[in-house]
Amino acid sequence: MARTARLARAPLPRLLAVPGILALLFLVLPLAALVARVEWRTLWADVTTPAAVSALGLSLGTALVATLLCVVVGVPLAILIARARSSVASVLRVLVTIPLVLPPMVGGVALLFLYGGSSPVGEWLDRAGLALPFTTAAVVMAQVFVALPFLVISVEGAVRTAGTDYERTAAALGAGRWMTLRRVTLPLAADGIVAGVILCFARAIGEFGATALFAGNAPGVTQTMPLAIYTAFNGSGIGQGPAVALALLLLVTVLVVLLVVRGWRPGRMS
Amino acid sequence: MNPVNVVSGRVVVRRSERFTLDAELEVRRGEVVAVMGPSGAGKSTLLQVLAGELRPTDGRVVIGGDRLSRRHALDPRRRRVVMLGQNPLLFPHLTVRENVAFGLRAGGASRQRAHTEADEWLWRVGLAGAGEHRPRELSGGQQQRVALARALATEPRLLLLDEPLTSLDPETASDIRTLLRKQLAYTMTSTILVTHDAFDAAALAHRMLVIEEGRVTQRGEVREVLARPATRFVAAAAGLNRLRGTARAGEWTGTSFGVPLRIPSTEPAPRLADGDDVVAVFRPADTRIARAEDATWTGALQLARAEADDATVGEWLARVVRLEPAPGGARIHVTEPELAIDVPTALVAALGIAPGDPVRVSIAPEHVRLIAGPA
Repeated sequence: MARTARLARAPLPRLLAVPGILALLFLVLPLAALVARVEWRTLWADVTTPAAVSALGLSLGTALVATLLCVVVGVPLAILIARARSSVASVLRVLVTIPLVLPPMVGGVALLFLYGGSSPVGEWLDRAGLALPFTTAAVVMAQVFVALPFLVISVEGAVRTAGTDYERTAAALGAGRWMTLRRVTLPLAADGIVAGVILCFARAIGEFGATALFAGNAPGVTQTMPLAIYTAFNGSGIGQGPAVALALLLLVTVLVVLLVVRGWRPGRMS
Repeated sequence: MNPVNVVSGRVVVRRSERFTLDAELEVRRGEVVAVMGPSGAGKSTLLQVLAGELRPTDGRVVIGGDRLSRRHALDPRRRRVVMLGQNPLLFPHLTVRENVAFGLRAGGASRQRAHTEADEWLWRVGLAGAGEHRPRELSGGQQQRVALARALATEPRLLLLDEPLTSLDPETASDIRTLLRKQLAYTMTSTILVTHDAFDAAALAHRMLVIEEGRVTQRGEVREVLARPATRFVAAAAGLNRLRGTARAGEWTGTSFGVPLRIPSTEPAPRLADGDDVVAVFRPADTRIARAEDATWTGALQLARAEADDATVGEWLARVVRLEPAPGGARIHVTEPELAIDVPTALVAALGIAPGDPVRVSIAPEHVRLIAGPA
């Protein structure tokens, strides 16, 4: 292939490479240690046990539904925050960030306090036959609770950076509010939406603490991959082989999903 | 409302304790009105109000039959007022064709029709075949052409041009100016053009409005305003010298370094009584400059005072403030009174003057125009 001219790289202090590589190693080495423990002989058998398959299916299903819910309610919230007065926006941003700093366990407890049978809301749900705790729906709710902030913050930043000039131009050209949203606001925030969806999905599929407390660990109903892995590690009489195999399966699955999402751009239409 | 006017009314915007914009304006159908003024005079505020981005604090404007006031905002979709500024603001995620088609689609045209019409517009602005490109693949001038096509394609009731040529290089600016002139006339688009360049106003506009410190200080046909500037700003914008003085026997009188000075004009100023304020206007290129007889400042001044009894007519002693390059020569700024003189390069060399030097300045009566009234 013929060489093409390239711009000189931006000048950076070479020393930046040292902490940068340290950071990378810090992230990659534990994964390598994990992969090193994989027992390749039994790998296939371990990941195809009915329990593993059902946990993977449940994880993918709940994380996808949770991500979808996050997009449906999170993108509008992000746009509202981005276009709110700055005082209102900063309050809203803090509110949205709280679940991020809360230990997920505490989030699970909080969800249980709100929707559990001991609260008025929970009682009402019970009577309506819609008791939430320890159901698959509870898994999704726990995931939405911990993943939504990632999506909102990412999208809000993108919408705010895009500014209002293009929207005003669209309005001046006669576009209504919905057309402006669909053809200008959302496409301009596409990169932020994709990044938000990736973060949101990754957080949802890895969710453990809130799920454990609010949804429990019932195989086939609420036992997602992280809970299955935890159970495998703690399980009496079971070796670490299956646990590591499950972890690897989760890792690969998430990587595949993220690669697919990266190629996608919402709102791009002719 | 006068049916001929697309825009008419008065816009009042109080921006702070010290600054209030209060301007009456009217734009006739198909007319281009230039708005000039120093920065911070309120030109952009005026455009923001007309574009519906800012509510006026008082006054009332009618835009094409719809009322706009403090209480009454225009429905943005029905407003049909399109602004085109220095930044073309083309939608970066759409192709050039989709950008031009955007307004047509918003107006309810089918996609195919909108695209056909968009291609036609691209052809009109000299960009036939560029429809598939993304805006970022085009040059600044080409982007401005697309923005113009996109604006005109929606057949706006009012087009607001906010310094559309400022960020372009001179050659591109000239091309776009020609394009604007042609397309505004062809489409009969009522336009308000905000510019700092008297040349743009002269090339594009029919009438002109001068806004200074929130007030309209002059309005009229562009030619008339530029030829008879009412304020120092307009004179400077039009490139004219403008001296304030007192009328005496139909002539301009004033002083230069304490020496009485008279400037007559061959064009009789109407209704000019002794003691009235009067402004002498003349072109820098018509002003003559020569070295003073005495090259030292004190000597030259003494000489000038001694000669003052003869009351030098249209000629006086001045001091060079600065020289700046101008096409084909130099512009020499002198004081008292402050004015500019354009001289060809050969003369600059022959004069051999520097800031601080005394010079003799003169202006012939046939080049002077006297305008009555205070500045």
